[in-house]
Amino acid sequence: MTVHANATVCIGAGHCALRAPAVFDQNEDDGTVVVLDTEPDAEHEEAVREAVTLCPSRAISITER
Amino acid sequence: MIAGGTSADLVTAFALPVPSLVICELLGVSYADRAEFQDRTAMMLNLGTSFEELLRVRDEMREFMLQLVAQKRAQPTDDLLSGLIHGEADPALTDDELVGIVSLLLIAGHETTANMFGLGIFALLEHPEQLDILRKDPPLIDGAIEELLRYLSIVHVGLTRVTVEPVQLGGHQIPVRAMVLISLPETNRDPDHWNEPGALDVARPRRPHLAFGHGVHQCLGQQLARVEMTLGFTELLRRLPGLRLTVAPEDVPLRIEMIVYGVHALPVAWDPPEPRR
Repeated sequence: MTVHANATVCIGAGHCALRAPAVFDQNEDDGTVVVLDTEPDAEHEEAVREAVTLCPSRAISITER
Repeated sequence: MIAGGTSADLVTAFALPVPSLVICELLGVSYADRAEFQDRTAMMLNLGTSFEELLRVRDEMREFMLQLVAQKRAQPTDDLLSGLIHGEADPALTDDELVGIVSLLLIAGHETTANMFGLGIFALLEHPEQLDILRKDPPLIDGAIEELLRYLSIVHVGLTRVTVEPVQLGGHQIPVRAMVLISLPETNRDPDHWNEPGALDVARPRRPHLAFGHGVHQCLGQQLARVEMTLGFTELLRRLPGLRLTVAPEDVPLRIEMIVYGVHALPVAWDPPEPRR
């Protein structure tokens, strides 16, 4: 799985960072999304999928290999 | 609550004040104003409130919020409302918009988590084998909360939509301009999605549920609710050994007339602390 984020549409709700903290964080200045791991291990994939459905501004997406 | 002895109404001693303190603190609402505010919220969410009363309460609530906005405009403090007013929003948010945002967050932050605590503890006390599993294995709490959210689905009424074109859904044809009522409790017990959906199983594998809604407008506060519940349920179970009802289960007053389901009161008792040596 490859994780993509578009910080320009992100509203900083933080659902992703709370649901999948190993993969997502928030920018210290404006709270927008920061991807910590663009190719997360299998153990994090379920949480990442849920984070994608949680995002209110559709700022994160995944492509499956 | 613990300082007060070994029995209490869990709703007034814990379930309502804890989420209330949290949301008041985050938004910047004086906790001293909460009683007045909680009474109005309860009336707005009561299905038996007459239309005239509803309008009156709505106007009072709006007045309360406008004063709050004016106060934070004049004297910003370190909270969400001051941030919305004095932040970089361009164009700046109007008073009407601010009142709308704060009203929604304040009501949503009070009623939902509070009822999950009250009804959740009631459900666990009524399923002692599940309570036992959770007490013996506290790390199960994250999954247990998702299961309680699914099993209880406290938002019982609401979520109406009107179709703008005919819709084919799940083998049913819904005509245009029909009102569609989505039942979250029913959806969250869909037998195609869960094994034994009517059973409370705190060790159930985590699966997506609709307790917080779905799509771009799903609950914005759900992570806050999860944090409050994780800490709240963990500490209630840890610090109240032998927790039990002090009335018969059928005498627990249920919120059948409210938009958000739960218990009006939950009289409980627990064992005194071990004497210190």
